[in-house]
Amino acid sequence: MQHDEVTLMQAPRTDGDDSCLPELVSHLRDNRTRLREEWAQRITDAQLLGAMSEEEIFSEVTSVFDKYVDTLETGSVESLQEYAEDLSERIIPRGVETHEVLGIVLLLRDVLARSLFQKYQENFELLNRVLDAYEPAANRIAVIVGVSFVHERERVIGQQQATIRELSTPVLQVRERLLALPIIGELDSQRAAQLTEQLLNAVRRNRARVVVIDITGVPSVDKNVANHLVQTVRACRLMGAAVLVTGLSSDIARTLVTLGVDLSMMDTVGDLQGGIEEAERLLGYEVRKAQAASPEDKG
Amino acid sequence: MRDEVLVAIASDADVVLARQTGRSMATQLGLSRSEATLLATAISEVARNIVEYVGDGQILLCIVNLNGMEGVKVVATDSGPGIENVEKALQDYQSSGGRLGLGLPGARRLMDEFHMISEVGEGTTVTMTKWKGSRGG
Amino acid sequence: MPVPILKQGHYLVASIQDALSDGEVLELQENLLKQIGEFRARGIIVDVAAMDVIDSFASRSLRTVALTTRLRGAEMVIVGIQPDVAFAMVRFGLYMDDINTALDLEEGLEFLDRWIAERADTDEG
Repeated sequence: MQHDEVTLMQAPRTDGDDSCLPELVSHLRDNRTRLREEWAQRITDAQLLGAMSEEEIFSEVTSVFDKYVDTLETGSVESLQEYAEDLSERIIPRGVETHEVLGIVLLLRDVLARSLFQKYQENFELLNRVLDAYEPAANRIAVIVGVSFVHERERVIGQQQATIRELSTPVLQVRERLLALPIIGELDSQRAAQLTEQLLNAVRRNRARVVVIDITGVPSVDKNVANHLVQTVRACRLMGAAVLVTGLSSDIARTLVTLGVDLSMMDTVGDLQGGIEEAERLLGYEVRKAQAASPEDKG
Repeated sequence: MRDEVLVAIASDADVVLARQTGRSMATQLGLSRSEATLLATAISEVARNIVEYVGDGQILLCIVNLNGMEGVKVVATDSGPGIENVEKALQDYQSSGGRLGLGLPGARRLMDEFHMISEVGEGTTVTMTKWKGSRGG
Repeated sequence: MPVPILKQGHYLVASIQDALSDGEVLELQENLLKQIGEFRARGIIVDVAAMDVIDSFASRSLRTVALTTRLRGAEMVIVGIQPDVAFAMVRFGLYMDDINTALDLEEGLEFLDRWIAERADTDEG
């Protein structure tokens, strides 16, 4: 989290502030139970945290309240950040949303502020000094908690997107031990790395012995694309899988060779269908070979 | 999660410690398994170079944050004899052994940023960074 | 702790758990050579599934063991290279072209069976 986001909320502190803080903190602690209940009530009235049970709300409310007051006292940003990150990690899977988190933190701020109004209502000047101490600290807490929550949500969403990308990867299991990867669209290094990773994971998951990579759908096959392919072939090989590359026209192949690309690593076949048939032959052939008992089978 | 860890490098065990620490930092930062392995492998290479050709040195691992990009930075230093021709050392090596069989070009390919400075008689510093979300790309 | 070597039929199986030092690699090599002699082993499977990093040193070491044991008449297969490790190796430039590789123990055993069968066919032919 960027610390400049937090300093925005830091009001200039005047001399009287620091002396008020301990007193107001101890007031809030002394009235802990009552204030917590008030806050929990407000949360229910505002119909927030609907996804959580009463016990869950109570337990979170207790822990957050104490942390809130501790942070008012110490002003420690790091400690609160860590706490907020943990809290977010816990409640996001429970379906809690951003407006709810902001909502409950602001409600707590209100509940505590009201309590301070009530305590210091006789002395307007003192009340002002107390609020001078309280407000920036309370606002800082709201920002930190809010931002941490949003960051955690972004991270979770990012992860979900990565999962979706992986699930929508076109690595197909065609037969047992046989995977096909038809690549469609431009293949830059970022995408090549991603596809290779997914392919390698698929090789392990499916215990694939042969992979057919079809590049018919790759618009421009240049030296870089070819090198990416060669790398992928080599990596699959390390995992015991043979690779057939299909969709590489002989014209392009010739061009690549003249550009110095080592295509000897790749077995190329006309089209995807042909590649799969060839792969099946390889697999079938291999199965036969293992059972071979007489020289006749070698034919 | 500690932001910075300094690992003294003088033995095989230190090489393993350095790369495991790097992996652990990468994982905590949210780098993918693939990215973490690239980082760990690069750390292993530079650490082994120190052990094999110099004897001892150190590796500093730090979490870095640049304009929202997060990553792990590695600074490997030694006070060894130094490398006369850094350019040459970073070109793909002949595996004929000696200091030129360094694996540095390989380490460079694994990382997103890579710098090396060396002075004969003074020592060598390799600085490299792996950013989150960069994958291998 | 030395790498444990198990017997599986006519083959030896060594599972490398952790990063090996120079000395440990030599020890593994010696132990394999000894057992090849003792059991007349025709093939060796080296399982590296537990290795989370394979750097140039590890790669060189594995290659050395493979070449040395081959001279003694046993063929070696490396199994268990993890996807992210394979990716890193290839990016780095460690291709191990001259080493046999298979996905896992089962595939490795099948590979050795085929290899031996081929040799037998050739010998008979």
